[in-house]
Amino acid sequence: MSCRCRVRGVTPERHSRILQCMKRILVAIKRVVDFNVRIRVKPDGSGVMLDGVKWSINPFDEIAVEEALRIKERGGAEEVVVASIGPADCQPQLRTALAMGADRALHVETTEAIEPLTAAKLLLKLVERESPLLVLMGKQAIDDDNNQTGQMLAALWNRPQATFASKLELTDTTARVAREVDAGLETLEVDLPAVVTTDLRLNEPRYVKLPEIMKAKKKPLLTLKPDELGITLTKRLKLLKTEAPSVRKKGVMVTTADELVAALKQRGVLS
Amino acid sequence: MSRVLIVAEHAAGKLSSATARCVRCAGQLPQADITIAVFSADGAAAAEAARLEGVNKVLRIDAPVHTHALAATIAPQLAEIARGGYSHVFGPSTTFGKDLMPRVAALLDVPQLSDIMAVESEHRFRRPVYAGNAIITVEVDEPLIVATVRTASFQAVGAGAAAAPIETVTPSVALPTHTRFIEVSAPSGDRPDLQAAARVISGGRALGSAENFQLLYKLADKLGAAVGASRAAVDSGYAPNDLQVGQTGKIIAPDLYIAIGISGAIQHLTGIKDARTIVAINKDGDAPIFEIADIGLVGDLFKILPELEALL
Ligand SMILES: Cc1cc2nc3c(=O)[nH]c(=O)nc-3n(C[C@H](O)[C@H](O)[C@H](O)COP(=O)(O)OP(=O)(O)OC[C@H]3O[C@@H](n4cnc5c(N)ncnc54)[C@H](O)[C@@H]3O)c2cc1C
Ligand SMILES: Nc1ncnc2c1ncn2[C@@H]1O[C@H](COP(=O)(O)O)[C@@H](O)[C@H]1O
Repeated sequence: MSCRCRVRGVTPERHSRILQCMKRILVAIKRVVDFNVRIRVKPDGSGVMLDGVKWSINPFDEIAVEEALRIKERGGAEEVVVASIGPADCQPQLRTALAMGADRALHVETTEAIEPLTAAKLLLKLVERESPLLVLMGKQAIDDDNNQTGQMLAALWNRPQATFASKLELTDTTARVAREVDAGLETLEVDLPAVVTTDLRLNEPRYVKLPEIMKAKKKPLLTLKPDELGITLTKRLKLLKTEAPSVRKKGVMVTTADELVAALKQRGVLS
Repeated sequence: MSRVLIVAEHAAGKLSSATARCVRCAGQLPQADITIAVFSADGAAAAEAARLEGVNKVLRIDAPVHTHALAATIAPQLAEIARGGYSHVFGPSTTFGKDLMPRVAALLDVPQLSDIMAVESEHRFRRPVYAGNAIITVEVDEPLIVATVRTASFQAVGAGAAAAPIETVTPSVALPTHTRFIEVSAPSGDRPDLQAAARVISGGRALGSAENFQLLYKLADKLGAAVGASRAAVDSGYAPNDLQVGQTGKIIAPDLYIAIGISGAIQHLTGIKDARTIVAINKDGDAPIFEIADIGLVGDLFKILPELEALL
């Protein structure tokens, strides 16, 4: 597992052999509306307002990139490849990941909204191309809040999944993952290759410095089309309407603990 | 008719209330015929599932590998059972269900719906997106619909008049050995379960330390309440991760929710919006938590907490 070959300047045949033997981590990143943006629903119910909003790497995916980089820096991997499916506008997010330290980027370009099952099928194609020992993803994209794609990829790939990771330790052949579950922390051991999805406490992503942003502009970014990967995009979920959530009625203010207890009794919450 | 297959969630031989909430949701489908699948080592919780109101049948899938629920081993079996003529496969939107159901859906090559909060018809559901800032209505025209049920949106069903029949089945699929359970640590021990509790008291960053966080436990004991926390409190090490309430923690709907020293970030509010009464205690009168609180009290928690404790 310790082959060290250079990717650039080789024949396609050698290149594919190199791809097979390098210890590689693939990280899937989605471009989403920044978590600080206050989301508003369009009055006609056709969606949410996205004009002029700030876009970012999905926070969980940024953590996935950071984890991949730390593994590489510890010598546990030789290459970190980031991949995103989306419109041309998601290239800045791929560049940010390159500036963080990823080696290469893959962009599957489409302007269609991608359902998790389709995303998983596209990612599987990239997995087959890249043969990673580990795929790191976010546990959920904070726009659609689906929390599905990693599990679906693992199923289609017929490999283990360890979701909601808050600690990750690798050996040559296994990963030991502490998972944030409702009961507390669960530890699993999975054989590699595997899919691991990140929870927020796995790490704190690094800040990107200006020189790295400049350097990242020269790193390889390959654009692919879904049909080049052999995937026809289908829509199986029909979005009928988008509404604002119901708002709670304005409450009352009290000024002392006594008044609070009285107000609770009045509402029948305390006896 | 809707033939619904629900995967049971259970721990230490006891059925989780999340399962009874899925049954409530499934019961809202037209002419629902409800089957619960119980994966365990020894059929534990099957009898309990059979007693839930509205359940028509319980399937027991017993195997030593099911001592600890693993998506990798349950998924192929659940998918195999689902192929036997079901129209819907539901699991709870707990970490158990979120881990499992997409794997099942992918094996069946169908999409999955996450966190359904309302049933509009056999094929049409409502669910939250953008941390609950928008609610979408989605239609799925598939012969088989796989979904997780947002447990906070549905009351648990109670016990029915008669117990449903229990059948033991052994799906003929090879089980993977690539995933092994090592251990689970439950830091919160035997305190009331956050997701089932009628009362919850949560603390935020303002508590300042793990020792101060203990103040909440004292008050919680007096009220018979479960304790929750904001992400900031968990990240700072004041409270264990399983107490986190919010978009990426637990979504809860208790009768009473008391937020102490929590600012009310949207990611936190999405986890508590369905609580019947929300109380906020915060020293900053402009904190966003007051926008959704039914009763607000502006002040220093370190002064108010002991006063409250004395009053209760
Ligand atoms: C992708 C993503 C997911 C997230 N998921 C979650 C989630 O699931 N749950 C969650 O909670 N957060 C989540 N967050 C974090 C969230 O955005 C907030 O950062 C977090 O909720 C803040 O926690 P807090 O209210 O405890 O801390 P702060 O925002 O720091 O608020 C502390 C509050 O305490 C008050 N205070 C201070 N001292 C006192 C005192 N002595 N007495 C009374 N009041 C006092 C202050 O006025 C302030 O309002 C998420 C963030 C992201 C990016
Ligand atoms: N369009 C996409 N491009 C790249 N990665 C994605 C995309 N959609 C989802 N993912 C990955 O899948 C994870 C879970 O997304 P979701 O299932 O949509 O909540 C995300 O955190 C990403 O790592």
